[in-house]
Amino acid sequence: MKRRQFNRALAAAAAFSAFPGIVRAQATKLKVGVILPRSGYLGFIGQSCQKGADLAPGVIKEMLGVDIELMNADFESNVDTARTRAERLIQEGANVLVGPFDSGAASAIAQVAEQRGVPFVINIAAAPQITEQGYKYVFRNFQTAIDIVRNGLDLIGDLFQATHTVPRTAVYMHVNDTFGQAMTKGIGAMLPRRTQLPFKIVDTISYDPAAKDLTVEVSKAKAANADFLLLVCRLNDAIILRREMVKQRWNPMGIVSPGSPGMYEEQYFKTLGKLSDYSISNVPWYNPNSKLTKVVEKAFLKQNPKDKLDFHGLNAGFTFEAILIAADAYKRARSTDPKTLADAIRQTNIVDKMSLGGPIKFNDKGQVEGIGSACVQNMNGLPTVVLPQSAAKAKPVFPAPYYKKT
Amino acid sequence: MSFDLVANVVVAGVLTGLLYGLMALGLSVIFGVVRVVNFAHGEMMTVAMYAATVLFAELGLDPFVCVLPVAAAFFVFGYVLQRGLINPFITRPEHSQFMLLVAVAIVLVNALLMVFGPSARNVQVDYQLESFEIGKILVDKARLYAAGAAIASAVGLFMFFKKTKTGKAIRACADNHLGALVVGLDVKHLYALTFGLGAVCVAVAGCAMVLLVDVTPPLGPAYTLLAFVIVIVGGLGSMPGALLGGVLIGVSEALGGLLVAPSAKGMFSFGLLILVLLFRPQGLLGKKT
Repeated sequence: MKRRQFNRALAAAAAFSAFPGIVRAQATKLKVGVILPRSGYLGFIGQSCQKGADLAPGVIKEMLGVDIELMNADFESNVDTARTRAERLIQEGANVLVGPFDSGAASAIAQVAEQRGVPFVINIAAAPQITEQGYKYVFRNFQTAIDIVRNGLDLIGDLFQATHTVPRTAVYMHVNDTFGQAMTKGIGAMLPRRTQLPFKIVDTISYDPAAKDLTVEVSKAKAANADFLLLVCRLNDAIILRREMVKQRWNPMGIVSPGSPGMYEEQYFKTLGKLSDYSISNVPWYNPNSKLTKVVEKAFLKQNPKDKLDFHGLNAGFTFEAILIAADAYKRARSTDPKTLADAIRQTNIVDKMSLGGPIKFNDKGQVEGIGSACVQNMNGLPTVVLPQSAAKAKPVFPAPYYKKT
Repeated sequence: MSFDLVANVVVAGVLTGLLYGLMALGLSVIFGVVRVVNFAHGEMMTVAMYAATVLFAELGLDPFVCVLPVAAAFFVFGYVLQRGLINPFITRPEHSQFMLLVAVAIVLVNALLMVFGPSARNVQVDYQLESFEIGKILVDKARLYAAGAAIASAVGLFMFFKKTKTGKAIRACADNHLGALVVGLDVKHLYALTFGLGAVCVAVAGCAMVLLVDVTPPLGPAYTLLAFVIVIVGGLGSMPGALLGGVLIGVSEALGGLLVAPSAKGMFSFGLLILVLLFRPQGLLGKKT
């Protein structure tokens, strides 16, 4: 290289570092940093979310003509790792961050995104405080724990009405993490006001989400002699807990989650077989009849021929929607400049979407309101919508029949 | 709080504790003789758990049947590991030994991740969800069988060390290394044999543990830590101490979870550890040095 060429190269490098926004604004691809817990105790759910991310570039290219480059990062179900992965993705040029299916990790990533001024679209994470901090770059297309609990409790009322049952007592078990505590606060605040719900919580048992053994917890819950189990869980613990219930011959009227992951996940069915049936989850869910769901389902089956969207609709659906939000904003903004992109995300109005509820529109806090929930009961090895009746594929079964070894 | 509830929880704690004790027994035996602390202990147990899941998935072998081939393989692995890798480090400073075995642990975890991925695996046998009913106490069948395997293995190991010539020679090495050399014992071979026996304990514990716990590659370090807590409580180098420590940890976690808060039950084993370190630093059944 001659001295003149060297000087030009140096000047170009200096210009790049002095005006990164301009250079980024001219990029032809949107670099999306996807942070998910693909290993660790949330690994199965992270992998399920990843399926939604993997199909997004192809579907979105066809829908919007936007080129997306995914930059995948595994935060190993560890909040500190989530923070460092977010830092690294930004250093490596991510224009927007998406993820992470965990409230603790979402809080950590939100701080990084806000400090570095990079938009962060949360796919799944429910702790309300994440969008209560006045952040300018943090957006969430998922229900807060308060919304989940409100909708979840309402659906429990609908469930009892539809099955003509009146349980009087419940034992409440929950994971002791950011999400579990947020849900517990929500239930504590809202349950007493729900006069249509006939039951009282007779015991509350919190447990470690990474627990390998739940013998003591289930013994304690069984001793409460409650009519049904109200459960806020994750996946691995839900599997351990269900097995332990059978071992201890505890047969309450049913297991009902007012809004947590775990019991509708594919691994729950795979691991437990018939034992997975009749568990109920009242959760934000996808609309199987929407136009976009059909498109996504086609792409999903192409990428995962042996799989079913039923098991991944929530995880993959909300992850796909998060990337769609970023791509839609990028298309309108015609720029990867973080501030311009964040402003465009704030103006989002996506009507054709996968999830139940109204259009994707962010309020001043960066939160989408009006996302719908469904009462999903496991039936014949599939998560099946049983309520609301407008979206139901089957009638709810409550009380659940006793488990019998076949 | 009813007696039935407490009794059920205590029984489960004792049975789990016995299995913990068997795992820790391997660590205690290795340290007691070779004077090397196996920092890859939990990771080795994770490998045994994976071996049991593979044999179950491929050949339909019950984990208790898997014990035989897995233990044999682990004996050879332990022997070769000691003879080929660890033996040169026996006379080196403790931090070198520590780093070596931590490196082995990291290699094992990452090898498992590469081979099996991060997903949890388990075995599903007929009796796994069944329990015996003794009065009002329900005893988990798998846990009972696992505890039985732990007791049988521990008794076998005690008998080996007490009754056989090789066992006595190993004890001689542990008691007086120089003396053993002087009387012409093949100390390198005996050390490798001991490491192999420690690995067998881990293999049996791993095969039984897979009936109670789903296995993932990162599971190892938690069990290494647990094994340390148990042997320190029971007395490093003491075989009965390891079993006693396991039972105490199992029961204290169970009762702590029941009486205080289930999500804080892990705290009680460390509380017990602190108490033992304060009032009996050599462990409950350990000898003063």
